[in-house]
Amino acid sequence: MNLLHLTTRTLRLAALGLVVALAQGCATGPNANPADPLEPFNRTVYDFNDGLDRAIFKPVATAYKDVTPSPVRTGVNNFFNNMSDVWSVVNNALQLKPKETLETGMRVVFNSIFGFAGVLDIGTEMRLARNKQDFGQTLGYWGVESGAYVVLPFFGPSSVRDTVGTVVDSSVDIVSNVNNVPARNSLIGLRVVDKRAQFLGVTDFVEQAALDPYSFTRDLYLQRRANPMGKGSTQKEERYDLPAPAAK
Amino acid sequence: MLRRTLAQLAAVVVGSALLLVTPARAADESPDLLIKRVSSEVLDKIKIDKTVQAGDMTRVMSLVDSQIMPNVNFTRMTASAVGRSWRQATPEQQKKLQDEFKTLLIRTYSGALAQVKDQTVNVKPLRAEAADTEVVVRTEVLGRSDPIQLDYRLEKAATGWKIYDLNVLGVWLVETYRTQFAQEINAKGLDGLIASLSERNKSNAAKKS
Repeated sequence: MNLLHLTTRTLRLAALGLVVALAQGCATGPNANPADPLEPFNRTVYDFNDGLDRAIFKPVATAYKDVTPSPVRTGVNNFFNNMSDVWSVVNNALQLKPKETLETGMRVVFNSIFGFAGVLDIGTEMRLARNKQDFGQTLGYWGVESGAYVVLPFFGPSSVRDTVGTVVDSSVDIVSNVNNVPARNSLIGLRVVDKRAQFLGVTDFVEQAALDPYSFTRDLYLQRRANPMGKGSTQKEERYDLPAPAAK
Repeated sequence: MLRRTLAQLAAVVVGSALLLVTPARAADESPDLLIKRVSSEVLDKIKIDKTVQAGDMTRVMSLVDSQIMPNVNFTRMTASAVGRSWRQATPEQQKKLQDEFKTLLIRTYSGALAQVKDQTVNVKPLRAEAADTEVVVRTEVLGRSDPIQLDYRLEKAATGWKIYDLNVLGVWLVETYRTQFAQEINAKGLDGLIASLSERNKSNAAKKS
């Protein structure tokens, strides 16, 4: 099957890439962060992504946001969200979550039929949650460990497990499988711009709030992935604002 | 002499009456009610203020300073983010660190507050023992998009509950800044950290205007 062949080949390339990365990009030395063993490699990719972003994606997304009326942008965003909701239904089912599968499934049906192929987001009015799930999260549900933090070219923050997830997500992506090449490229291009425009606020925020954008982005990503409920560490933190406890 | 005693007695009576009448609200207010009250007050003030919605950062910052900061134990927040080096810092360095960190946070998070249009805050029921001195209050900001998770860690102080950590969308503030600060301290020491913070604040101020 063509799809399987493509997936296997991409996975093999990704694995090879990672081996090379591990050999060259391993962090050593006293400042090595145990959660980020590939830090040198990651920083290089991050800088590359940042350069690409400043040169191309951010200006295009900013222009898109300035020029396009808000309802049109909302419609575009809803359309692509609807497409990704289809994949969320599959992943919720793979994670054996009947309530979420049904809820997101209904959302897709209502938005596609009554929302003009997803342009109108009726699902939110009906309070049907999106329950967004990708294949990386499905792998995690079934016990696959995250692995090291990895920054992917173009895609950005990820992990070893989620890289595999992204490969699978991309191969079954509805938009990528459209047969008409010009239409497909336009749709993919529009989706990239839409997504980048969604994140303009976040990137501005990181630029202002972070002393080191690379580690700030990394820690944001790792915290959100590890503690989706935001529980945080349960260790008793040391109170540096109080005098040191007397030695017993 | 009798007049003086009477005067003193009167003072005592009036003083006690005032004490009884003044609500001891600050010290007795439970943490979730405190968060609910402060959140509502801040959101309401932002919604009716046209200058805020036009993007006037000084207005938002003074609002945050006057409404939210009195409920925050900022020394603890800063010390926790700085870590071990806090104890070696001079009182001068500690003060500078707090001031710069405060400016950084107020400016960056005020940016988020200025985007508020018609959001409301839903405070979740508090899950804590009556004797707990440290609690987590969980809230969500409801608007047109997905609800945004916003949690607070509070400690019990003499003047009421004080916030010492903040979580937005699953990310705890102090934990994130701990790494940021540690990197700067390792590379350039405490004074280097103060300099970096001050530089960042200056460039943020320049960008906004």
